[in-house]
Amino acid sequence: MAYRIVASQCTSCSACSIECPNAAIFEKGGSFAIDASKCTECIGHYDVPQCVAVCPVDHTCIIDSAVPRYQAPA
Amino acid sequence: MQKLAQLLEFGASGSAPLSELRKQLGSGGCSSQGGAGKSGCGSAAGQGDLPPEIWEKVKNHPCYSEQAHHHFARMHVAVAPACNIQCNYCNRKYDCANESRPGVVSEKLTPEQAAKKVIAVASRVPQMTVLGIAGPGDPLANPDKTFKTFELVSAAAPDIKLCLSTNGLTLPDHIDRIAALKVDHVTITINMIDPEIGAKIYPWIFYNHRRYQGVEAAKILSERQLLGLEMLTARGILVKVNSVMIPGINDQHLVEVNKAVKARGAFLHNIMPLISAPEHGTAFGLAGQRGPTAQELKVLQDACEGEMNMMRHCRQCRADAVGLLGEDRSDEFTNAKVEEMEVSYDLAARQAYLAKVEAERDAIAEAKKAELKTLDDEASGIAIQVAVATKGGGRINEHFGHAHEFQIYEVSTAGAKFIGHRRVDLYCEGGYASATGIEPILKALNDCTAVLVAKIGICPKDSLMGAGIEAVESYAFEFIETSVIAYFKDYLRRVGQSEIRHVVRGDAAIRQGAFTEA
Repeated sequence: MAYRIVASQCTSCSACSIECPNAAIFEKGGSFAIDASKCTECIGHYDVPQCVAVCPVDHTCIIDSAVPRYQAPA
Repeated sequence: MQKLAQLLEFGASGSAPLSELRKQLGSGGCSSQGGAGKSGCGSAAGQGDLPPEIWEKVKNHPCYSEQAHHHFARMHVAVAPACNIQCNYCNRKYDCANESRPGVVSEKLTPEQAAKKVIAVASRVPQMTVLGIAGPGDPLANPDKTFKTFELVSAAAPDIKLCLSTNGLTLPDHIDRIAALKVDHVTITINMIDPEIGAKIYPWIFYNHRRYQGVEAAKILSERQLLGLEMLTARGILVKVNSVMIPGINDQHLVEVNKAVKARGAFLHNIMPLISAPEHGTAFGLAGQRGPTAQELKVLQDACEGEMNMMRHCRQCRADAVGLLGEDRSDEFTNAKVEEMEVSYDLAARQAYLAKVEAERDAIAEAKKAELKTLDDEASGIAIQVAVATKGGGRINEHFGHAHEFQIYEVSTAGAKFIGHRRVDLYCEGGYASATGIEPILKALNDCTAVLVAKIGICPKDSLMGAGIEAVESYAFEFIETSVIAYFKDYLRRVGQSEIRHVVRGDAAIRQGAFTEA
């Protein structure tokens, strides 16, 4: 249902939180985190997840396998 | 240190010999007869033929006026951490207390914290005339924080000049806001106008909600940068262009970049050496991409010095630097310390300092003019470089062992011209010679004939002499340019009387790392 941020790789640059169309990204203990209940994987907003595209460190914004993939409303 | 030694081996790492490079660059089309008649910045000393309204804008700006950088300070506030492009000379992942790479800062600020810091510094450092927002990311990738900071500062301290430094990708979208806030200086980093070259510098950009890569990315970036530059100059906003000189990638191409930005009205061009120490973990650093030597940089800067001003006094300071160029007082103004400060803004004290500087500056200009006149009768083709130890104010007022950097002047019968600075590791630590010894300093000053200092010990003086560099204390606390010319006259006299032999000096190394006091 969502992306998550690998905290150990996060540079805390805030670029993802500026781009997120759902305002799902917030600062937490020196790095950033994604509120899984708000993340839509950018489906319906953009072709690619914005946090993934803008993050300066590859493989830092990744699919959160702990929650089911987001399903766009029918 | 091994790296420095490698850099000194000129031509050994696949680069063209200096003479060849000089020839190639000279035929680039925008070479000139030097900056003798030019004004305002980079090489020249004063107002010259600058229009009064532009002189007003630049005369107290340490980055835009070579003369001003002796007297005035700037500060950067780190309110803009996000970036929208990836550069091969930048590694955003790395930060530590001893960090010495541009683009990285240890403490990020909210606009409110930043404004308080600016007022705190301005009330304690009357030299501080300029507030810049330069990162650590791209200010225009964080437009809300950047512009909010400017709003708060201009309300509380209207005499402080505002400037920002950007990669230019989103610049055309923000021109109205930049103009409305009276930001009158903008720096755009332009490393190429050829997307094929750009693809070697920028792996990707984030634009219109997606990533672009390779040539396509570089093409968009270049178009946006040049459009932004044109839009700013159309509004009368002064634009400085920064370019990073990357040997083998864009070094010769920067002559074309210089022509392109000049044609679009850029006021000043600042070509900076690539910083690429492997321990910084940048793509270039890890790939072994070297930076230029001091003379390679100078040859390129000279080649670009046509009707356009070249900036030679850039310190490549960090995005949170505070103080005169070449000085970093950011440790005095950390978040925690600023929080505790009682801040009152003393405009009268600031204006009194400005008046003092105006007087000193006139005295320097007069002294220089008088000294220059005495060169009229000299006829000699000799040109030498002279290093100077200074802590500001336009005077030779620093002890050799306490110098974090030396200013380099080129002097001939045409006069003295500032051509750059060389950072060094401190020679003297607590009264003893440092562990690194004098070797790195000798390498940094290897292209100089002499070093003028306020004072120097016998040991380093002997070492310098052994390397063919004369250490001179007799101009202590005098004006810099006047002294450089006086030294040169004496040098010519001694050569003429066969007391000494004129020796053409070699190349010098550029120390890696952005300027920090540490």
